[in-house]
Amino acid sequence: MSTNLADPTRLATPPTFQAVSLARRIKNGFATTLVWGAFLVAIIPLVWVLYTVVQRGFPVILDGDWWQKSLSGLLARQQGGGAYHAIYGTLVQGLVCGIISVPIGIMIAIYLVEYGGRSKLSKATTFMVDILTGVPSIVAALFVYTVWITYFGFGRSAFAVSLALVLLMVPVVVRTTEEMLKIVPDELREASYALGIPKWKTIVKIVIPTALSGILTGIMLALARVMGETAPVLVLASYAPFINYNLFDGPMASLPLMMTNERNNPTPAGFERIWGAAITLVLIITLFNLLATVISRALAPKTK
Amino acid sequence: MNDPVAAKRPAGSGDPGAARGVAAAPTAPEAPIPPTPEAPVATKTPHVRPGDRIFRGLATGSGVFIVALIGAIGLFLIIQAIPSLGLNNVNFLTSREWNTTDPANLRFGILDLLLVTIVISVVALLIAMPIALGIALFLTQYAPRNLARPFAYVIDLLAAVPSIVFGLWGLFVLGPVLFPFSEWLIENLGWIPIFAKGNVNVQLGGTIFTAGIVVAVMILPIITAVTREVFERTPTMHIEGAIALGATKWEVVRTTVLPFGKAGYVSASMLGLGRALGETIAVMIILSTTSAAFGWSLFDGGATFASKIALAAPEFNDPRSAGAYIAAGLVLFVLTFVVNAIARSIVAGHKEYE
Repeated sequence: MSTNLADPTRLATPPTFQAVSLARRIKNGFATTLVWGAFLVAIIPLVWVLYTVVQRGFPVILDGDWWQKSLSGLLARQQGGGAYHAIYGTLVQGLVCGIISVPIGIMIAIYLVEYGGRSKLSKATTFMVDILTGVPSIVAALFVYTVWITYFGFGRSAFAVSLALVLLMVPVVVRTTEEMLKIVPDELREASYALGIPKWKTIVKIVIPTALSGILTGIMLALARVMGETAPVLVLASYAPFINYNLFDGPMASLPLMMTNERNNPTPAGFERIWGAAITLVLIITLFNLLATVISRALAPKTK
Repeated sequence: MNDPVAAKRPAGSGDPGAARGVAAAPTAPEAPIPPTPEAPVATKTPHVRPGDRIFRGLATGSGVFIVALIGAIGLFLIIQAIPSLGLNNVNFLTSREWNTTDPANLRFGILDLLLVTIVISVVALLIAMPIALGIALFLTQYAPRNLARPFAYVIDLLAAVPSIVFGLWGLFVLGPVLFPFSEWLIENLGWIPIFAKGNVNVQLGGTIFTAGIVVAVMILPIITAVTREVFERTPTMHIEGAIALGATKWEVVRTTVLPFGKAGYVSASMLGLGRALGETIAVMIILSTTSAAFGWSLFDGGATFASKIALAAPEFNDPRSAGAYIAAGLVLFVLTFVVNAIARSIVAGHKEYE
């Protein structure tokens, strides 16, 4: 004690603000570098993949024929032709899948948010939606194969592909719709009930329109996801190099199927078709993603 | 202007309530027990409109449908798999053989498929987990506020690229780039079993190594997205407390964000593992098939459950041989079901993530 008092330069308490020690600063700097590095590392494959697709596919899709013609009557090594048949297949299979999935998905979300509460069924449904999100696309395809083709005896068709895509799309629609319905303020529902409007009409006329922009955004993103799926088309449809408008019968091409098919074609024509189809698919998916953004901006509920 | 309306409404809505109150009050003392339960029952069972009943039925029915659907997936796969399993001439779980060309003599075992599936998924997870953790920290803690959203969007774009495009890129672009590196590993570290010379031609790039890297890129967005969501919920109080104690950025992250989000990160990685196990087309395109057995090397080829099924899919014509692949699909389904269920139960155990 006396020594303490004897030293006049020593403070009673250490200074409030001490410099950060070198070791801590080095650790901090190291962590910051790693974290930034992780982000940059993830950008590399994205840029690389997109660059590859654009560089190899862009010259192919500049040709007007690409969008207007199919590969009908062309030999594997003959250049030319287009992907019109495959684009049609991809869009129609996605569309049919959407028409089936959207009502089911929205109704499940309505059940979870408006009716389910904390009941056992509600918990089971939430759990199963989570599980369905994780079901590999090939398993979904096999399931549709066992039911639709083996059990009911139908042939391979584009419609079977749509059914398999439904399994992959429904959970995405449920998730986004559920999130959107949850953030609709309860005051709106209560105001509607107070006016004597039945619950179902409240949901249809008040809750859904309020959440509409978010729901549509989710649907567009879900569509973008399922149209890139390849496993279901591989199991459930056969490839045709020509246009087939019939959903229920005959082979129908789609962009992923065209790519897997042309992979067996070692000629320059095959190379062009693979990457042309790849960039077309990426473009379609980008388009749907953009649509999602546009819809969410345009239809967002007015806050003022 | 508003006054008359405002005055009218409470009066109008108040009237029936007042009338009920009056009606209820006298009945209570006169006949103490029997009428009182009746009165609330009469007011509590409102008339259910048919529209409500139909709509409620539809909504509940959709909920039941999804539960039944998962059951149906398992059920139908089992029904289709059992006859073929009965005809199988080798042990389904321990055999490395896969020969279904002759439906009268089915020989199929999943051991190699299982091992290759798991090794690819583990390689992918080992690469993706640290990077995803870094990105999640970057997006929630390090990135400039106004750039965090666009950066997150860029990472989500990775999820938008179709898996077939990743597959083609992996085989035609990444494979050749990795070849010198793979060759160096085999030459210099070949004495370690996982870097041993594999059973396929490394020059073609169709190895577990290439496939693992591509799958890692593909599961990166899902792990990042879920982890990020959890990190964002770190209580601001904790972070500010750490800052007030003089913690550096890294110390803030280590003492608040990481302990809070650890379970979420583990759960996110399990979800990523589920995706990796089921990844089909990219692996199918990249991985060179081989008849040689899997030898625990990263430079082996082979097939995963999903890629094996996808490769054989166009030739599913005999129900007996198709049943063999459906049995493999069933195993994959069970595997992903378990992994996803564990991931969900981890998050469900943490109320603070809600």
